[in-house]
Amino acid sequence: MLRVEGITQVFGGVTALRDVSFSVAEGEIKGVIGPNGAGKTTLFNIITGIYRQTAGDVFLENKIVTSFQPEKLALRGMVRTFQNVELFGAMTVMENVMVGLHTKSRCGILSSCLKLPSHLREERHILEKAMTCLDFVGLAEDASLVAGNLPFGKGRMLEIARAMALEPRIILLDEPAAGLNSRETAELGALIRKIRGSGVTVVLVEHDMELVMDICDTILVLNLGQRLAEGTPREIQENPAVIAAYLGEG
Amino acid sequence: MSHQILQYILSGLSTGAIYSLIGIGFAIIYNSTGIINFAQGEFVMLGGIMTWFFLSVFQLPLIAAMVLAIALSTAVGVLFERLTIRPLRNASPLILVIITIGASILIRGMAMLIWGKDTHSLPMFTGSEPLTVAGATLLPQHLWIFGITLFIIAVNRFYFHHSISGKAMRACSHNRRAAGLVGIDVKRMVLFSFAISSALGSVAGIITAPLTMTSYDVGIMLGLKGFCAAIIGGMSSGIATVVGGLLLGVLESLGAGMVSSGYKDAIAFIILLLILVIRPQGLFKKAETERV
Amino acid sequence: MGSERTNLLKFLLFSGSVLVAPVLFSGGYLMNVLVFVGINTMLAVALNLLLGYAGQISLGQAAFFGLGAYISGVATATYGLNPWAAMGCAAAIVGLIAFAIGFPILKLKGHYLAMATLGFGIIVYIAFNETVELTGGPSGLTGIPYFTAGTVQFDSDMKNYYLIWGFALMTILLSVNLVNSRIGRALRAIHDSEVAARVMGVNARLLKVQIFTLSAVISSVAGSLYAHTMTFISPASFGFNFSVELLTMVVIGGLGSVYGSFLGAALLTLLPEFLRTFQDYDIVAYGLLLILMTMYMPGGLVRIPSFVSPILAKIKAGVGKHA
Repeated sequence: MLRVEGITQVFGGVTALRDVSFSVAEGEIKGVIGPNGAGKTTLFNIITGIYRQTAGDVFLENKIVTSFQPEKLALRGMVRTFQNVELFGAMTVMENVMVGLHTKSRCGILSSCLKLPSHLREERHILEKAMTCLDFVGLAEDASLVAGNLPFGKGRMLEIARAMALEPRIILLDEPAAGLNSRETAELGALIRKIRGSGVTVVLVEHDMELVMDICDTILVLNLGQRLAEGTPREIQENPAVIAAYLGEG
Repeated sequence: MSHQILQYILSGLSTGAIYSLIGIGFAIIYNSTGIINFAQGEFVMLGGIMTWFFLSVFQLPLIAAMVLAIALSTAVGVLFERLTIRPLRNASPLILVIITIGASILIRGMAMLIWGKDTHSLPMFTGSEPLTVAGATLLPQHLWIFGITLFIIAVNRFYFHHSISGKAMRACSHNRRAAGLVGIDVKRMVLFSFAISSALGSVAGIITAPLTMTSYDVGIMLGLKGFCAAIIGGMSSGIATVVGGLLLGVLESLGAGMVSSGYKDAIAFIILLLILVIRPQGLFKKAETERV
Repeated sequence: MGSERTNLLKFLLFSGSVLVAPVLFSGGYLMNVLVFVGINTMLAVALNLLLGYAGQISLGQAAFFGLGAYISGVATATYGLNPWAAMGCAAAIVGLIAFAIGFPILKLKGHYLAMATLGFGIIVYIAFNETVELTGGPSGLTGIPYFTAGTVQFDSDMKNYYLIWGFALMTILLSVNLVNSRIGRALRAIHDSEVAARVMGVNARLLKVQIFTLSAVISSVAGSLYAHTMTFISPASFGFNFSVELLTMVVIGGLGSVYGSFLGAALLTLLPEFLRTFQDYDIVAYGLLLILMTMYMPGGLVRIPSFVSPILAKIKAGVGKHA
């Protein structure tokens, strides 16, 4: 599904990532963990086309997508969420998800200005689809609220709903459990399973080990910008290098 | 012909020195607050016109008139910061752009009401006997401009690198929050930056007025040219902006002399657009640019 | 954003008031001012699409307005083209220019974008002044013909009022439609978080340039309308000050509100007429108003009802309690 080969990223004189390679199989839930500063978010930013890496390539379904712009990756079925929740704060919950359906609709400036029948049909369709997506994460009742006023946990859910509206092939979640309480985290775990159940491959960066060990099929461990280990949750838990890295770093 | 070119270059350098001073004023405020102060040019106007006012209406000696004009312009700058910028610290760039434009209109309007719409001239600081340098003529006032600009740049550099408050301002420009955390009074530094930059603007206005005359509406163009200088210099409040200003002055002067005087003002803005599009970080490399 | 029906109702109500307004002010000097309100409404709505929705500032809108006016003026007065055809040509040329400069310029953000558009505006303004053979230079271009339709010549304030407001209403209707469409949502998304919008598949760069172009084309049409109703144009109408005035209209009216732009345009066009009695004080009042309104009413005129109604409700509740 997703293959990353030899990614290196240098900022100024600092090497944030050094020759990182891994792959994600179709339909799996892949966890990316590591102590703070290991380069997890940088890796996500490179894969999703927000940073341009110093070296290395990214393949999506065996096609090279290195340095593709985010909007182009969206068309190829890759979408992500953000560590700090990047919602469209001034828009309603519903409108946020409707933006997620941008690639699923065609109307341009002209037909929108003139309100052609095709535009009206499409709008109705977008509205229905958006409602389904909100239902999927359990936010249907909050559809008309302004996104910026949502409590944090719901904001996270909305971000996932918006991403799912794209009908992605693969979704990258950047610390989706950060800031959630334990009940919300449990709901998130169920939701991620449900996403995978609908045929979408999931990659997540996460600090909540309980969640990661619970839902991930395989886990990649990064430390100081390098690949430290990769394997099933059990293998990772027993890996002495991983234990050392976590204990050593505190 | 070569005399002619030297003449253009010399007068370009003197205009450029003025642009540099205004540009440094822009950069100081930008670096401490992230605001482009569209009212910067009005302080240039205030400096020149108030000196004229004290000189001709109150019959004060030149030096006293100048000091008073600088002090009052600085006071206006401080007042401007206290009344509009400080209450709006978290406003979006758009709101701040509009506020500074509003302030510029207000200051210009007040100047028009107080001092009228006429153009006023200041006497040369010392005599008007032209000097000849390699076939090109130079007025003593040009030397004053070069001298004062050099002096200010030196003081400026000393202030930012060797005084506590100067260093604190540099810290603010790098990271305002961190500066606040180590106990620097960020609010005060912002106020300082407005004070310094309005003082710089008024000095520029005073030293150029004997050559170019002054009136209530000279501020707009001079302010924008100063901004061009700062952009060329990558928003540095040091030497890069000075070089930017001089470069701009010389190019303008050569263009006006050899191509067409009507398009003189366009040259600055064409350069501005080119720099913004091709090298938004300024003409010189980032490493050489000191940001304050 | 309101539902379909309230949007339509609002528009019909507004159009109705525009239709009957001349009955109230007929013949007077005010008719002439109302023509300008129409032109400024078009310009403000166009800028608002860019500024209030996409969040991209432009301090060079007067240049597009001026280009429309001058291309129209020169094509008709000097080369004898039909005014309608000239308006179309001007819009096409201005659209191309905006599209071409949009790509490099809209890469910039915030203050830098403001300065770049300002620079563009000043260069165009200088060109109006300096290409004397073509534009007549600072003294202006005269002899621009009126619009004609069949045997009707649009040569009175009344006729021009309906002509210009026809275009202004069309601009409003199309803009309201646009901002409530998927394009409008994408624009607002860019405004709130460009990176998230791009991750959602919005081609932010292209969309910004497209909306910049649309905004320039509307401004150009407004310029042509201006040229053919005034029959005389000079560079002074298209300088930096006018770009600032347009920006003020949009902000004072309310960012991201199409009708707010009308309110802003109306206020700023009518205000100088009232301030005229103060003569030279008008510029001071203008600057002061600009500062105070942005400081204390950042939502703009259009948000006044939502600002006042809770207070009114409170008063009512208070009265009810005592009664």
